[in-house]
Amino acid sequence: MVHLSADECKDVSAVFSKVNVDQLGGESLASLLIVYPWTRRHFKTFGNLSSTDAILHNAKVQAHGAKVLGAVRDALKHVANLGGHFAHLSDLHCQQLFVDPANFKLFAGIVSIRVGQTMRQAYTPHVQASFEKFLDAVTDALAKGYH
Amino acid sequence: MVLSAADATHVHTVLDHVKGHEDTYGAEALNRTFTSHPQTKTYFHGKDLAENSAYLHSHGKKVMSALVNASAHCDNIYGALDKLSDMHAHELMVDPANFPILAHNILVTLAIHLPQVLTPACHVSLDKFLCEVGDALTHKYR
Repeated sequence: MVHLSADECKDVSAVFSKVNVDQLGGESLASLLIVYPWTRRHFKTFGNLSSTDAILHNAKVQAHGAKVLGAVRDALKHVANLGGHFAHLSDLHCQQLFVDPANFKLFAGIVSIRVGQTMRQAYTPHVQASFEKFLDAVTDALAKGYH
Repeated sequence: MVLSAADATHVHTVLDHVKGHEDTYGAEALNRTFTSHPQTKTYFHGKDLAENSAYLHSHGKKVMSALVNASAHCDNIYGALDKLSDMHAHELMVDPANFPILAHNILVTLAIHLPQVLTPACHVSLDKFLCEVGDALTHKYR
């Protein structure tokens, strides 16, 4: 299990306080679908995802991205038991949505890059390391229920 | 994976902004790699890896300059990186798992310094380019 120190949790909290979570989530999900087009397989009911422009203006993508990143932000309160906190969502992603956990890592990578674009130099190497460690812990927890 | 003409244009757009900043951006990308993935420091035993060290700047400049040079040959990246490919296969032998880690930290660095330049369209092209570079550097390993 991944343990985050108090300082690392503070860094993560600082990131979430400096970004617009809804906007960052929406942009990150849109970027995921653009940069890694095979991820579109999980969003066939979202309407037009046929071009970069269509994806960037897709309201369902924006809304879902906001929901996902909101859940990631809320998980910080449960960092001592992320496995338990995400048990239901892990089961959902495995049993009903059939999402390869590799996709969680791709999304995490994109979120980190977008945070860099927003926070600029305030996203120091140490803050980046803490934030990516948290995202790794979240993706591990989401993959835990797979069998 | 094939880099299209549009990909090549996007890669040039981004890397044109790197010219003149190879050492700063390179040093930062390496520092971010070492900070978030300390195991990558194992390839640099005995070197001064402190943030902004002379070594980080000189090595960072080497890495980013090689990328800028490779970007001029998007239709033949393997050819452009042939000598570096030999070096990585026979001398450096950096585990292939590390190239995506450095690629990610190059993207984070460019996102911080060039937030308006790294549009989603440029991001996908640059990601493809960096994957191709990693493949070029490791394809002679076995």
